[in-house]
Amino acid sequence: MTSALLWTPLAFGLVGLFLPRRLAGWWATLGAAAALGLAIALLAGFDSGASGLQDTVDVNWIPGLGVDYSLGLDGLNVFLVLLTTVLWTAGTAFAAFREQERPHLFFLMMLLGETATLGSFLAQDLLLFVLFFDLMLVPFYFLFGVWGDDREDGVTASAATLKMIVYTLIGSLLMLVGAIATAIIAADGGHVTFSIAELARHPVGEGSQRWIFWFFAAAFLVKMPAFLLHGWMPDAYRAAPLPALAVFSGVLAKVGAYGFLRVVLPLFPAAAVEFQEVILVIALASILYGSVMAFTQTNIRLIAGYSSVAQLGFITAGIFALRADGSDGAVLQMVNHGLVVAPLFVIVAILVERSGTEDLRKMGGMALRAPVLAALFLIVTLATLAMPGSANFVGEFYILNGLFDAKIVFAIVAISGVAMSAYYALRLYQRTMHNRLAGGVESREIGWRDGVVLAPLVLCIVGLAFYPQLILKRTDASVQRSVSALETPVPSTLARK
Amino acid sequence: MTFHAPHIDYAGLSPVLALTVGVCVVLLAGVFKPLRPAVTALTLVTLAAGAGLLIWQWNESTDLVSGALRLDDLAIAISLIALASAAFAVLFSIREPATDQVGPGEYHALLLGSALGMVLLAQAQNLVTFFVAIETLSIPLYILCAANLGRERSLESGLKYLIVGSLGSATLLYGMAFVYGGSGSTDFAGIANGIAQRGGVLGDPLILVGIGLTAVGLAFKTSVAPFHQWTPDVYEGAPTPITSFMAVATKAAAFAVFVRFFDVGLAPQANDWQPALAALAAISIVVGNVGALGQDSLKRLLGYSGIAQAGYILGGLVVASEAGVNALVFYLAAYLLMNMAAFAAVVARERETPYGDDIRSVQGLGRERPLLAWPLTISMLGLAGLPATAGFIGKLYLIEALVEGDYTWLAVFIAVGTMISLAYYLRVVAAMWMQPDRERAAATPAIAGASPEADPINPDAGRRLYLVLPALLAAAGTIFFGIIPQPLVEFAQHAGASLF
Repeated sequence: MTSALLWTPLAFGLVGLFLPRRLAGWWATLGAAAALGLAIALLAGFDSGASGLQDTVDVNWIPGLGVDYSLGLDGLNVFLVLLTTVLWTAGTAFAAFREQERPHLFFLMMLLGETATLGSFLAQDLLLFVLFFDLMLVPFYFLFGVWGDDREDGVTASAATLKMIVYTLIGSLLMLVGAIATAIIAADGGHVTFSIAELARHPVGEGSQRWIFWFFAAAFLVKMPAFLLHGWMPDAYRAAPLPALAVFSGVLAKVGAYGFLRVVLPLFPAAAVEFQEVILVIALASILYGSVMAFTQTNIRLIAGYSSVAQLGFITAGIFALRADGSDGAVLQMVNHGLVVAPLFVIVAILVERSGTEDLRKMGGMALRAPVLAALFLIVTLATLAMPGSANFVGEFYILNGLFDAKIVFAIVAISGVAMSAYYALRLYQRTMHNRLAGGVESREIGWRDGVVLAPLVLCIVGLAFYPQLILKRTDASVQRSVSALETPVPSTLARK
Repeated sequence: MTFHAPHIDYAGLSPVLALTVGVCVVLLAGVFKPLRPAVTALTLVTLAAGAGLLIWQWNESTDLVSGALRLDDLAIAISLIALASAAFAVLFSIREPATDQVGPGEYHALLLGSALGMVLLAQAQNLVTFFVAIETLSIPLYILCAANLGRERSLESGLKYLIVGSLGSATLLYGMAFVYGGSGSTDFAGIANGIAQRGGVLGDPLILVGIGLTAVGLAFKTSVAPFHQWTPDVYEGAPTPITSFMAVATKAAAFAVFVRFFDVGLAPQANDWQPALAALAAISIVVGNVGALGQDSLKRLLGYSGIAQAGYILGGLVVASEAGVNALVFYLAAYLLMNMAAFAAVVARERETPYGDDIRSVQGLGRERPLLAWPLTISMLGLAGLPATAGFIGKLYLIEALVEGDYTWLAVFIAVGTMISLAYYLRVVAAMWMQPDRERAAATPAIAGASPEADPINPDAGRRLYLVLPALLAAAGTIFFGIIPQPLVEFAQHAGASLF
């Protein structure tokens, strides 16, 4: 079933090429929904107490090179897989309601992107992971480049996309070398295997860990993006078509954070401990820089984009607390952030349609005749700023809990990020929805089409706010296993109960 | 007195014989007017016969002609790649103006003659056959490069290739003389013995100079930097089908003898020559990738990309291990598929747009000719080493061999080179899919390498099956071996195992 989940989107995408143009979008939505159904079925059959892999598939793929096609679910990825399928269904439906140029190609690329993303979450073979991680770029290269907008100041969509690709591949090609080096060094002349579980059992020597760690960290930090490696983000975010950007920002950034949990902590524990503070500094810089940028930007896409930088900084800080609590919180927060940022981009799309501009200063007063839209937006906003009562609050709480336990100074700085998130989230909400109705802006209620896309996502946020245990309970056992390779494993709060 | 004729292994020589007969038949067919239309078919039949006989000899491992040639799976694998490339070139040559200008019989006979030289070169294990084979493959190419008589660029290309190629050959021959002088033998095994007796490559200046010059001569032929300067110019000027043939087949055949000379003959002295060749590989990766960045001519771009790819492939040779040779053969096979998909599109666009091989010729191709745009896209993504293409698996294979052979730094070079390469490969993709075709109306024709007077525009060239089908086939192969690489991995492993 895991394989079926992985390949369903791509299969639908390929069949969709042969359908009439007007059906292409709905067919793709059906494909994304089918994947969602499979993901829910997998979650239903998920054994929440177990720490090991479930629903595994393991086939010798390239025996000559020691690469296996091996997939599996555990507490680390099960909700990320679910998040992927949820957001993709929403994103595809949102796009299907709108006229797309060259719809066949657009939806093929959307679904190829889903398969690649699911693949990188599901892969349990290091090389397969790298393969899917790189493959994610191809569909998004086309989505951003072909359907993106050229800017008036001369930055074309294809140039912005190229920048993104080069940045991301700098990391991921080094990661390929790192992955191969890990396997070869671990094999020590014997049988080469890329199985992550197998490699975790025999970590490579500390000297090798040191440089391989950075090869992996570079790939993951660029993807998030983290401070200093975020240069591709502003251009790409401004060029990208919004349905694709919603899933990109909601899910793809998480693959980087997930990579730390899945690969770096178990495989390079010594290096993770050694470079803990370096990564924490980068994470805190991301929080501060992202927040400051988010409340000074006037382009609403970039406000959402920089807020993601800050949030991903939080998640990274949680993981590099190197405590089970921090990682529990990180996994929860990854899902939370995906669930808030995707609707945020859908709302951005709606706002842009009503005001004809992406400039925050030219907006305002849109809540006037659109109470439902305003209410939905408000829920998303409050979740973004981690209002107590939201699942985001729980996530940040766990992250900070872990961080306090590990490095109190870093925790204190990180807390300022929580305060700043309130500022930029509320600023975005107020400037667009409140104040006087700005000229050229139309205050119109959300249509049923957008409502069908937006409401379920907001419902997910609300549902998770009531019951974050849904995720934490299933995640904890796997997180414990992931951090167990570290020198001083500290049991999580959940486990101590 | 009884006379014993020497034993001749006709089975082993059969591919070479078939090609030789084919050269004569095709040449004669070109002379008789009624037979002229059949020349293309006859050439393809010859290539198919040669390939069939080679496959028949698969798993064979024998010395031929008193040890001058060695028929093993490496030779067969490389020969098959070269013949496949020749077959693609023959298809691309249909309706190529150059064919009629020099005469179809002569054109195809020369092409086959060059392919014959490649098959011989892949088997050579003696300095004499080595040199004879390399000249057999080069001389027809000098002529073919200049085959487009109506175009100055083509003539320039032929002349340039003749001069630089002769320089390369002379260097090679000079080196061989030193090697013979130093080791007292012309066959590779004897050379290895002679060198071992004289205390290794570094032990005797005579041998050191000889090996160095031989390596330089081979670097000329494989267009490894810094001996690559001729490549972009010659590739750009030559008729495009010939460029495609040179880009893949020449490289493959020269790498075969490169492997045989260094990885087999000089294997015991590997430590002496490895750093030098590794440096060449690194330089090649940097020079090729940086050089390709600003190119507007697709053929020049592919030429520079070929220099970079030669650097990657050389990495497989540097480690002097079975895994390295496997990776090299795998990469060459993938390289064949990726390049053929690209060249098919370039040939088609050259004939149907006024832009020649300029990058503008592919603008809007995604909308206009999806059946060519997809192969070219897949080819570019594959050459850039993105996943789900044979190019990715090839890089993976090379990097694995390099890390295993303690050349991780060269693997990092490959990774860095690949990053740079994205900038130009994706530029082509962007031109096809992301730029509106309206800009084309205003543009001026007559770009590098093409003049409309010499090459009349044929607006339907991009629909011709003899271009579309090879492009689709090569692209499908690129994807297929990117997803199910095992058959090609086994093919490469056979080739590698026959040496070690």
